[in-house]
Amino acid sequence: MAKEQLVKPIGGPPSEVEHIKIESNYLRGALVETMRNPITGGLPEDDNRLLKFHGSYMQDDRDLRNEREKQKLEPAFQFMIRVVLPSGVATSDQWLAMDELAHKYGNGTLRLTTRQTFQMHGILKWNLKPTLQKINSELMTTLAACGDVNRNVMCSPNPFQSDLHEEVSYWARQVNDHLAPRTRAYHEIWLDGEKVIDGQQDGAEVEPIYGPVYLPRKFKIGFAIPPHNDVDVFSQDIGYIAVVEDGKLKGFNISVGGGMGMTHGDSTTYPQLGKVIGFCTPERIVALAEKTVMIQRDYGNRSIRKNARFKYTIDRHGIEWFKTELENRLGWQLEEVRPYQFDNNGDRYGWLKGSNGKWNLTLYIQSGRIEDKDGYNLMTGLREIAKIHTGDFRITPNQNLIIGSVSSQKKRKISELAEQYGLTDGTQHSALRRSSLSCVSLPTCGLAMAEAERYLPTLIDKLEPIINEAGLRDKEINIRMTGCPNGCARPALGEISFIGKSLGKYNMYMGAGFAGERLNKLYRENIDETEILDTLKPIIHQYAKERQSGEHFGDYVIRAGFVKAVHDGQEFHN
Amino acid sequence: MQLQVTNSPFNQEQAELLNRLLPTLTESQRVWLTGYLFASQASAGAAPAVSEIQAIAAAPAAAETVIAINQPAVSKEVTILFGSQTGNCQRLATGFGRKLEEQGFQVTLAAMNKFKTNGLKKVENLLLVVSTHGEGEPPDNARAFHEFLYSKRAPQLENLHFSVLALGDTSYEFFCQTGKDFDKRLEELGGKRLSPRVDCDLDYDEPVASWSAQVLNSLGNRVNAVSGAALAAAATDLANDIAAEQSAYSRTNPFRAEVLANLNLNGRGSDRETRHLELSLEGSNLQYEPGDSLGIYPENHPALVDAIIQEFGWNPEEIVPINKNGEQGSLREALLKHYEITALTKPLLTQAAELSLHAGLRELIAPGKEQELKSYINGRDLLDLVQDFAPWQASASSLVAILRKLPARLYSIASSFKANEDEVHLTIRAVRYESHGRDRYGVCSIHCAERVQPGDSLPIYIQQNPNFKLPANPETPIIMVGPGTGVAPFRAFLEEREELGAEGKSWLFYGDRHFVTDFLYQTDWQRMLKDGVLTKLDVAFSRDTEEKVYVQHRLLEKSRELFAWLQEGAYVYICGDEKHMAHDVHTALLTVIEQEGGLSTEEAAAYLENLQQEQRYQRDVY
Repeated sequence: MAKEQLVKPIGGPPSEVEHIKIESNYLRGALVETMRNPITGGLPEDDNRLLKFHGSYMQDDRDLRNEREKQKLEPAFQFMIRVVLPSGVATSDQWLAMDELAHKYGNGTLRLTTRQTFQMHGILKWNLKPTLQKINSELMTTLAACGDVNRNVMCSPNPFQSDLHEEVSYWARQVNDHLAPRTRAYHEIWLDGEKVIDGQQDGAEVEPIYGPVYLPRKFKIGFAIPPHNDVDVFSQDIGYIAVVEDGKLKGFNISVGGGMGMTHGDSTTYPQLGKVIGFCTPERIVALAEKTVMIQRDYGNRSIRKNARFKYTIDRHGIEWFKTELENRLGWQLEEVRPYQFDNNGDRYGWLKGSNGKWNLTLYIQSGRIEDKDGYNLMTGLREIAKIHTGDFRITPNQNLIIGSVSSQKKRKISELAEQYGLTDGTQHSALRRSSLSCVSLPTCGLAMAEAERYLPTLIDKLEPIINEAGLRDKEINIRMTGCPNGCARPALGEISFIGKSLGKYNMYMGAGFAGERLNKLYRENIDETEILDTLKPIIHQYAKERQSGEHFGDYVIRAGFVKAVHDGQEFHN
Repeated sequence: MQLQVTNSPFNQEQAELLNRLLPTLTESQRVWLTGYLFASQASAGAAPAVSEIQAIAAAPAAAETVIAINQPAVSKEVTILFGSQTGNCQRLATGFGRKLEEQGFQVTLAAMNKFKTNGLKKVENLLLVVSTHGEGEPPDNARAFHEFLYSKRAPQLENLHFSVLALGDTSYEFFCQTGKDFDKRLEELGGKRLSPRVDCDLDYDEPVASWSAQVLNSLGNRVNAVSGAALAAAATDLANDIAAEQSAYSRTNPFRAEVLANLNLNGRGSDRETRHLELSLEGSNLQYEPGDSLGIYPENHPALVDAIIQEFGWNPEEIVPINKNGEQGSLREALLKHYEITALTKPLLTQAAELSLHAGLRELIAPGKEQELKSYINGRDLLDLVQDFAPWQASASSLVAILRKLPARLYSIASSFKANEDEVHLTIRAVRYESHGRDRYGVCSIHCAERVQPGDSLPIYIQQNPNFKLPANPETPIIMVGPGTGVAPFRAFLEEREELGAEGKSWLFYGDRHFVTDFLYQTDWQRMLKDGVLTKLDVAFSRDTEEKVYVQHRLLEKSRELFAWLQEGAYVYICGDEKHMAHDVHTALLTVIEQEGGLSTEEAAAYLENLQQEQRYQRDVY
């Protein structure tokens, strides 16, 4: 009975995925049996859908798909595993465990994601369980890393204001843990936990926040500490903007309804910026997150998945409606928004001393990929550091890595190791490259229409001579690329962005705000590399010549009339 | 003297026959034959054509023969027993039986395991046709008979006249061992030879014809039933006739089949390569049954051929004989297409010693050096021989004269004819390895893997295998164990059952190294499982887990269900590697039967033996 009440389809019958969820008995489905089936390395679609909630999903090596079909082999099915790592902070032991798993079961590399966590690719079905067990034994989980639930909660890894970082990331963890699914399915299936018959309990008992059908779509939360907007706080469903007065955390301004994903050719879908609706003190934010999630649970579109994100719910009902509904459910009022100011969304590379006297080394990681390749032994170097490092590792929202909380005594040793392995703060690269972001895309991502991680570095190789010639080598310009419009590298917030249309062809966007406060806009459609270079070259030169002092590329292209400014996603396609 | 039309009263065919037969005769046979010819002529009342001296010399034999003729009591019954793994011996035995029947004999033809041993004592004329496997072992359907003859239960056989035709391969240490065993044992039990045993190497046509002629001759003498000319004619076309059934194409007259597809079944990243070949039989009129094999005449690796020619410094275009019938071709072509250059045998080394100026080779073949010889032969080829025992005093012609004919390679067919009309599919693992510091290549597998494209053609023939056949009853459950390329015939089995709409349950055990890259025909099995053509599939991938798992482990894990299937009357088939897999699976089956049937070790062995007798346990192992 509770089940029926919780499903409120808007504009049509529940989508296929809603049926899968409701019939899954709290994310169990037939996973135990289908995981065991030794004849296929894959899973049926229903169970793959459910597996996402467990932090993994099936992919296949798309480079080999046609070839293998001819060879009478099924696609090279493999699994991606994503960890839940609130604020992106890991211990050395956790780093070493991930490194070991990547070699033992994965493809020998790790991927740092734009949501500050680890991803591993290439895990065979039979190795999922031991991999998940090891991750859990290191006090991490993968539960809710994907799926229609709240995802890994982000937090600015702020390497300067150490105390503040500690405090804000504490709250990020509180929110993260509070919104974790409560079903025992994960423990039963992966950790040999005792089987509990959730199905006989009432939905509200098993999942008091989510209920038996969970959310209509994924849900994202991030914490920013101004003036750094590295988490792209306006791209989050809920963005918490830390308000610091007299060096003390007073509370958070609340932004709601941001999100990146859209669908090519469907103007009912668009990226959106979160709207700041008020302020509350830290101890109230967990309840605020819970009630917001529950509103989305009850009002989100469960009929059409591409219109199911929270941003559409808010845009459909209006921000005032939401605020009222939220305050009614909370039983208290939000305070007035406090002043805040962002000035960038990038990372600061190299050694920085935190306010607590500890040192932090921010390393540039191209596309977030941790591997040993072409003589650059990044993975080995980081492993050697992890063996002696007593502080933490912080994955940044820009897919970079901070060796954090290093004591003055250890700093020398870690510097030596970093030097020995050539680990780079990126200073030898152009600022353009250091400010680049790309999603994984081909060959593993099933959604990809074009290359991203494998291609963006090459494109930047070709842009750099232009940048150099224009004298902009040290000018930070956010450049982002994704293989599809779902938004994993937050492409609508790139000053220059490329979203894949088909192999070798991209839509090009320009004009997002340097601090993530404004969306970009489509400038050229379906162009290939030559056209990209031909298009950008004169604009870059013109920018170099005509820019005003301190003017960012994204601001310039609007002033110069290349694109119109977009402050609301509903204008994105206009 | 070579008989020719010009220097003898014989026609071309007769001359050739005699030229083939006469050199094979021992001294005593020659004497006997002379007497025989004389005696038969005498009884026909014709004028003696031979000198008196010869007639006198032949007298004892002739006298015996004459007596035999005058004794109508001598049986015209002949029992032919065969022991056959791949079907060669069965085919030869069947063909020869037909010949004998045409000559008026009453022939009893049976597989050795189908012959009731308590009737052996009554048999007067016994012909055995048997092959040898592995380390000198009998084929599956000859094992029980072999054991029986060597047991205390074996009767004395004073009235028995017998002859053994043994098939084998001189590159194996225990060449024709099973045939030798039978031959020796029958003599020990008191039997008399109709004609001496003939041991055949891979290229068996000529020795088979010779054995057939001798046996016919000898049998004919015993009963005086047949004329010499008829006998000889019967013997010659034996080999060809046997093979030719519906099609004009046969082992001796292979069909050139067009390659329709040739792809690697192993996914990228595999350390193995397995070719899936699809060949067209269109226009050949060839047909086959699931379980049959396909013979391919391959070509040697050009690099190896060129290296050998270069080693000698010969002209590759020099004209040499390409076979023993006097046909000629270039040296390069001869080594590419006609002669075996990748295996060494003792007879080859013995003859090569005559051509080598290196004392080492003579020493190697000397008596008492068998172990050294064996270890030298192992993993070496003609190029090694040529390099190791230079200098040579040999011409290209003298070298090819001592080489064996390049034998065809047999592969279990991976398709059902009914499901793929006019096509035949094969599953061929590319064999590459290093030996004695040089890369080596399987002749046929690498020919197919590297030098055959769709549109090319391959000389092929169908080799029937009556010992690896689906149960006649489509309802009968089947259990198939076929790791690696051993899975090939089971694809044929299941395609056939699907085509026929057979309702019987089926259970396949498959294994290889890695799931992701080495699961041969994975999507075929997945579809068959989905459609219910295949009931169960268990797999073992040995290199995916810390502990290596093989098919036999899966059999043991499923012991209860497996035994239940056996009790329901299931047939068990094993295909693939003989040395390790087939042996381990056999042991696992014994364990399953012992454990689940509550039987003693001996009883379990008897249970399995009985399955074999009932042809419910069939193997196609190599």
